[in-house]
Amino acid sequence: MDITTFISQIENEIEELTPGSLKPETEFTSLKEWSSMHVLILIALIDTEYNVTITGADLQQCKSVNDLFNVVKSRV
Amino acid sequence: MSAYIQAISYYLPEHTLSNSELCSIFPALTENDIFKRTGIRKRHITKDGVVGSDLGYEAGMKLFSEHGIDPSTIDFLIFCTEGLDYKGPATACILQHRLGLPTSSGAIDVPFGCTGFTYGLSVAKGLIESGQANSVLLLTSDIPSTVIHPSDAELRMIFGDAGAATLITSNEEISNGVGKFSFGTDGSGADNLMVERSGTRNAADAEWFEKNKDVGGMKYGQMKMNSLEIFSFAMRVVPPMISDILTKNGLQKEDIDLFVFHQANTFLLSVLRRKLKIGEDKFFMYMEEIGNTVSASVPIALYEAIKAGKAKKGSTVLLASFGIGYSWSGTVVRL
Repeated sequence: MDITTFISQIENEIEELTPGSLKPETEFTSLKEWSSMHVLILIALIDTEYNVTITGADLQQCKSVNDLFNVVKSRV
Repeated sequence: MSAYIQAISYYLPEHTLSNSELCSIFPALTENDIFKRTGIRKRHITKDGVVGSDLGYEAGMKLFSEHGIDPSTIDFLIFCTEGLDYKGPATACILQHRLGLPTSSGAIDVPFGCTGFTYGLSVAKGLIESGQANSVLLLTSDIPSTVIHPSDAELRMIFGDAGAATLITSNEEISNGVGKFSFGTDGSGADNLMVERSGTRNAADAEWFEKNKDVGGMKYGQMKMNSLEIFSFAMRVVPPMISDILTKNGLQKEDIDLFVFHQANTFLLSVLRRKLKIGEDKFFMYMEEIGNTVSASVPIALYEAIKAGKAKKGSTVLLASFGIGYSWSGTVVRL
């Protein structure tokens, strides 16, 4: 898996995100209008696309897109 | 001979809470946001002093009148709720008398939430198929609104109060009216969905009532939910449970006419449906007008699926529920 695909999958799934706005170093909490709903969308996306189940505890460890990418990659 | 779901009725309290009312209480929310997040437009809310057994009683009386059932033919009552009247006696005993069931009938409480219907159904099946009862009335009734703090927008969006009544009888003509069950329990998740200060452990005390005096004391306790953990729990356990139910009943996914899950919220159910690769036409959801009604959600959805013609006599329906505990269970029923 590569981070460019990962980012575009997230941008496709979350309608509030402008394509191209998300970078590997972007911190989720710095995004405007980031909410608990988006976290659930992320969990669902990762489950469907990579068959990896992310828990709330995992997400607390992930500040940036890159952190999350690395967690998913280590479990694929 | 097999246990068989003969009839279902349900009852909703009159008062409702709409998305527009929620928006006036929580100005940061919009009606569209609430609907997008939950798939719910309104929920029914019980009046102060009208408790779970009252909704269960109303549902039971409705079952008798709607389906022409004589209460004297019932020989076992299972009352399932997270809001019992007392620590003792069992609320089922009080309901036996109120509903006019024979004094020769058995009556037990099953204090269970989201998974209550399927667990209660498994007990009914056990009683009937072991020859100990012929006609079991399963009342599943919950009043989550009474344990939600008024400032908790997320929980107020999701939950609604309701009572459902299901009659399970012994049927000679059918061999698989209620199939084999898949069960699961993982108490390590207990803290992620809990009604705190509601029982003997860490009981509500003077300090608790003082802290909550502006909102009526939160006298039944307070529901706390870690929605992230509950979401990932459901994603983790539901798909293997569905496979287990199918295997235990010797069925393939294609043999199922309709899937009816605990009506948690439309977002979670839609994700589960896609993950399980179930077509929309075979997956029934009913919570837009009532919200998540805890233990009443599965029988209400089943009732509405039959009413909408999505399931009919002879249909094979997979029922699955999951939630507080953590607990999960499900089976296949033949209507």
